[in-house]
Amino acid sequence: MSSALDHKKPATTAAPGGARGAAASLLRLRELPVIIALALLVLVTYLVNPLFLTPQGVKDLLLNATIVMILAAGQTLLIITRNIDLSVGSMLGLVAFGTGSIFSAMPDLPIFAVFVIGMAFGALLGAVNGFLVTAAKVPALVITLGTLYVFRGLNNAWAGGKQYFAGDRPDAFGALSVDTVLGFPIITLVAILVVAAVAVYMAGTRPGRDLYAIGSDPDAATAFGIKVSKRVFLAFLANGALAGLAGVLYASRFNSVGATTGTGMELTVVAAAVVGGVAIFGGSGTVTGAALGALLLTTITSSLTALRVDKFWQQAIVGVLILTAIIIDRVASLRTAKKLRISEARNV
Amino acid sequence: MQQTDSSRSGPSGERSGPALSLSHAAKTFGPVVALADGTVDIRAGEIHALVGENGAGKSTLVKILAGLHHPDSGDFRVGGESVQFRNVGDSKAAGISVIYQEPTLFPDLSVAENIFVGRQPKGRFGLISKATMVREAGLLFERLGVPIDPTRTAEGLSIADQQIIEIAKAISLDAKVLVMDEPTAALSGVEVERLFAVARSLRDKGTGILFISHRFDEVFDLCDRITVMRDGRYIATHRTADVTVAEIVREMVGRDIEALFPKTVAEIGDTVLKVDGLSRAGVFRDISFDVRAGEIVALAGLVGAGRTEVARAVFGIDPYDAGKISFRGSTLKPRDPQAAITAGMGFVPEDRRKQGLVMNLSVARNITLTLRNKLATAGLINGAAERRAAQEWSKRLQVKAGSQEHAVSTLSGGNQQKVVLAKWLAMDPHLLIIDEPTRGIDVGTKSEVHRLISDLAGRGIAILMISSELPEVLGMADRVLVMREGRITAELDRAGANPESVMHAATSSSGGTP
Repeated sequence: MSSALDHKKPATTAAPGGARGAAASLLRLRELPVIIALALLVLVTYLVNPLFLTPQGVKDLLLNATIVMILAAGQTLLIITRNIDLSVGSMLGLVAFGTGSIFSAMPDLPIFAVFVIGMAFGALLGAVNGFLVTAAKVPALVITLGTLYVFRGLNNAWAGGKQYFAGDRPDAFGALSVDTVLGFPIITLVAILVVAAVAVYMAGTRPGRDLYAIGSDPDAATAFGIKVSKRVFLAFLANGALAGLAGVLYASRFNSVGATTGTGMELTVVAAAVVGGVAIFGGSGTVTGAALGALLLTTITSSLTALRVDKFWQQAIVGVLILTAIIIDRVASLRTAKKLRISEARNV
Repeated sequence: MQQTDSSRSGPSGERSGPALSLSHAAKTFGPVVALADGTVDIRAGEIHALVGENGAGKSTLVKILAGLHHPDSGDFRVGGESVQFRNVGDSKAAGISVIYQEPTLFPDLSVAENIFVGRQPKGRFGLISKATMVREAGLLFERLGVPIDPTRTAEGLSIADQQIIEIAKAISLDAKVLVMDEPTAALSGVEVERLFAVARSLRDKGTGILFISHRFDEVFDLCDRITVMRDGRYIATHRTADVTVAEIVREMVGRDIEALFPKTVAEIGDTVLKVDGLSRAGVFRDISFDVRAGEIVALAGLVGAGRTEVARAVFGIDPYDAGKISFRGSTLKPRDPQAAITAGMGFVPEDRRKQGLVMNLSVARNITLTLRNKLATAGLINGAAERRAAQEWSKRLQVKAGSQEHAVSTLSGGNQQKVVLAKWLAMDPHLLIIDEPTRGIDVGTKSEVHRLISDLAGRGIAILMISSELPEVLGMADRVLVMREGRITAELDRAGANPESVMHAATSSSGGTP
């Protein structure tokens, strides 16, 4: 702290906090809409079809959300900085197929080693994206659209028509997606740990806060001496590593991995983040919100099945959700801005 | 260079030696000399004013202090030690904080976090302690005596509050020198008083403050010493008590108006544009004037006086609340630039890169943009006709381009301006509004642009020119309208317009003598 600068006048600082402050900050929570939507969805589905929330039903809901949750956590790191990675589906596919190949070639390799290899592979792919975006100064949307096809192409060339099945992998590996601890499947616990770690990083560390500053105003961040390129590069790297983790888990969860594994997943991931309150132009949102968004999107599929709604409606409903999320966000920020103007006018 | 620092070794009660001193700093950008002799010394515990016309080099000097520009030569000392800043971080580390007219905060981050970005206080497990951060920010605001909620986001804060946040940041950084670049330009009276109270209490604690302002009443009210700059050079430093406003103004403008910009005598014809009682709440008020054929009317005044806003309203880009605009005898519809163009009005904007040109299009395409309807046959533009028209106009205006097909972005500033002028001239206008005709144009091309404008007036085109450069205004204009804070404060004819009268009308408060 600096030399004390005591002012003669008594303090007139508006006192924040208090019970009303707590209620207000709850209402301001960006994740609130997605929490409400999720609660409503589960409640309505349960009322119509009580089988929806049997232990097995809950386990399925969590399993379905797991992989998208991990990808959404990585994607949030990027979207917060006003970047995006569209190649996650392709990265996941490459790593998932790689996992199948490794187990088939070296069945005795410890499972832990496979996780390390998978994440390192993903991190390498993410580093390619990060390098291209920060070195070429081309928008990430375009770069990762390119690598989406490049990585998918590599996967096609590598896999050809070949597929690996669950039978090719150790039983203990597959059990990660079956066994539960306290009702949670093990891979879901992994995802929750990942989300928690990313959440702490983004909220509680200086590099994490730098990501918000970068997305909020990239030029100001540069002027401020924040190492923008380095932070963005590392975010791409981390996103790649998480896509790698998701790829390994995919191989545990699903029966077959091949040339088309993970195709189209990037849009679900971005949708999850947006629905979860992550601003697409960066600067605000949380990884918790994105994870909840992922849970909401995957739960809708199960819900609609439980409600016997035609599956074809599913995509339309996801689309409506995205639009709703954006409109809610826009309206909320306009209302806040208006309130601020009014309170300012009173202060003067 | 005359040095009239009357207090350097005087018996004044100020604390110790200079907290910061810059001597004979120079900075050039290609052929443009932005700063020829930047000299200023700021003592601990004083508020030091830096005054000068637009373009006197104040901003360049500030950017050197901030670490944004690196001086080509000169001596720069902070606390007696010679320094060379590589970036903003170096300047901050040396204890210099700069507060700009419009601070750049991170809109999505909380106020507290904006103060502590990159150095947030840490609590348990090495994680950022939000509670500590908010508490410390609250303490800062308490000391400054301002009620700002540290937990709210910076988005939507008034400029005054944003500046207070920057000051809070400076205090928490333990800044020895605080540079305030025209901080009051966008503030209301109450906000200015609050800012001054904060500045004085900082001074009393030993901070050296450099205060840049165009408002003399503020300078004389707040500052202990005044340094005057002109044309990129240090002129003099005075103790405020020892000088008068008139003396300062003389030093700011005291130069012979070179015969650089001769307006050739043109026959003044009928009234082309008549603006009557034009008002827009909070922007400009009761603006009335006219411009006649062959006449150059200059809108002078300081940046932010509302000149551009008036021009934009006249051209129909911005709305207005009251008043009437007649153009060549008929009333012009508000908010309809297309109608203004059709009626024969052209507008050369201040920021030609963003508003005047399509930078990626070729020279030819840019020139013929306003002509595209005339050049089209059955809705399709005739390529040969386009080239012919472009050729003719760039020849008449002596646009120096490698080829008509080169993108406009490859031309120099002066030639870009000529392309903008050509674009409007090609449609044979009756009135041309030109906002800052020579901003960012090197000296050589400047006079060419002036000759061109003078030529146009000679052909009977009415010209409304907005300019912040006094020599340009005085050299070119048949009549000068001076604006200050949204009003016209003086109308001067060629004989009555001199540096003192224009500066006086542009700066002195409420029309009275200072």
